[in-house]
Amino acid sequence: MNFSGYEIFSLSLSIVILIGIKLMSSPKTAMQGNRLGAIAMLAAIVLVLVYNEIISLPILWIAMVLGGIIGYVLAVKVAMIQMPQMVSLLNGLGGGASALVALVLIFDGNAQTGFFSQFSSQLALAVGGVTFSGSLIAAAKLDRRLHQQPITFKGHSFFTLTCLVILVLLIIVGAIVVNFESITTITLIILLLSLAYGILFAIRVGGADMPITISLLNSYSGLAAAICGWAIAEPLLVSVGAIVGASGIILTQIMCKAMNRPLSDVLNGSTLTAVSNNGQDKVQTEKSLQQPEVEEQEMDPVCLLKNSKKVIVVPGYGMALAQAQHQVKRLADILESEDKDVSFAIHPVAGRMPGHMNVLLAEVDIPYEKLKEMDEVNPEFIETDVAIVIGACDVVNPAAISAEGTPIYGMPILRVDEAKNVIVCNLDTKPGYSGVENPLYQQPNVLLLLGNATETIEQLADGLESSRS
Amino acid sequence: MNTLALLLIFVVATFAGFKIINQVPNLLHTPLMSGMNALSGVTILGSLAATAAAVRLGSQVLGFLAIVLAAINLIGGFVVTDRMLRMFRAR
Repeated sequence: MNFSGYEIFSLSLSIVILIGIKLMSSPKTAMQGNRLGAIAMLAAIVLVLVYNEIISLPILWIAMVLGGIIGYVLAVKVAMIQMPQMVSLLNGLGGGASALVALVLIFDGNAQTGFFSQFSSQLALAVGGVTFSGSLIAAAKLDRRLHQQPITFKGHSFFTLTCLVILVLLIIVGAIVVNFESITTITLIILLLSLAYGILFAIRVGGADMPITISLLNSYSGLAAAICGWAIAEPLLVSVGAIVGASGIILTQIMCKAMNRPLSDVLNGSTLTAVSNNGQDKVQTEKSLQQPEVEEQEMDPVCLLKNSKKVIVVPGYGMALAQAQHQVKRLADILESEDKDVSFAIHPVAGRMPGHMNVLLAEVDIPYEKLKEMDEVNPEFIETDVAIVIGACDVVNPAAISAEGTPIYGMPILRVDEAKNVIVCNLDTKPGYSGVENPLYQQPNVLLLLGNATETIEQLADGLESSRS
Repeated sequence: MNTLALLLIFVVATFAGFKIINQVPNLLHTPLMSGMNALSGVTILGSLAATAAAVRLGSQVLGFLAIVLAAINLIGGFVVTDRMLRMFRAR
């Protein structure tokens, strides 16, 4: 194989991007890694403009500047709490762009002709279309514009499968047919079916399965770009698209493992909602706030914390919902000022996207050394005086270890049940997303402070402060 | 570039990606995901080339739209990732 200068340039840029990702494996260098990636992409754009001798076309610049401004404004304005829907939305736009490129290639006939190129264009259109509509549905669900519960209808699986089969057949036919009119018809049907498939598949994924879904859609958007690259024989598109595709698949695998759910279950919408009580998802409207004093146990949470040496905080999606991270930070600061060892245990699927909790806690200035992963922190619970659970249920549910046959059996959990004392600051004692009752609540060393975590944590912090003075 | 080379690039990039991305800790999974998301805006390269080559008005409009969407994805993704990473700091 002979490589032209352009190809060598493209491959070097791919390597630079890989180095950037490598830098993202440590919080110290991650920011440089991201910037390196951005610079490489900028260089790639210039390279493509120069190589194709299109750098002076005003329409391209207008489009780039317009999109750049919109993207920048969106990115600067979005609140950290909205990150899952933001990522999902941007992901959908990327998929949509790939689908549009495929349309241009098909209709304008400037793709390389031949089976492979035609096939790639149709496939890119389909994958891009699925990414677009699927991501927008996911974003709407995450933004609570759509119901969090899986939405299914009669024959859902049948329709989804039929949709997929017809898509595959049409893509193959579309790659063989040469008559322009038939291609047009086939292309339009592929477009509609792929959009429909994206909706069908995303609409029946429940809230807590979102980390898996957006990881998968992330992978699709990369794939769509890579396949587009096949269609127009653009090596950089292929390599970067493939890297993104791989990343999405890895995250999907990690999330599935951490939830002990096969990917097929998530895609089939066979969600865990055997009992449709979605404790974690109940917004904090019902104020079943119980004062700490009213608890039947004589354990006083403030005393408990005062007498502790080692405290581990376990945040869950409830903390994000209640926006309690500022109060959590305040509580942690007070405890630390009294020389207590405070750390945070983060379950991989806590929240609505991979790593969600870490971002929320980093936002309130909690140093990342204190955020511990499940495997690292689990052996520490046994020697922990107080574990504080904040808006988490399934990820600390011991039923995952003991109750064979329940949907969460086998899911790795944070071993809060092994701590000497546990304070649970959840909204209520309803089961989490899985619908499995949490036996932790019945343990004698567990103190329940039910209600909006923002208020309960605030009270705890106030109690500690006033007992000090 | 021929088909075989393109498929080869795809396979090699996938493996390289797997190897490197596997080392990213859970701590950074959100920024990783949004960074990767930004990179999926690489499709802007395709949009630029295809739009410039398009002859029909309809295709040009579609291409224009593709560039806008890809640019939102690209710029939005990088900026948002940068914002997140700036928050991760040591003690």
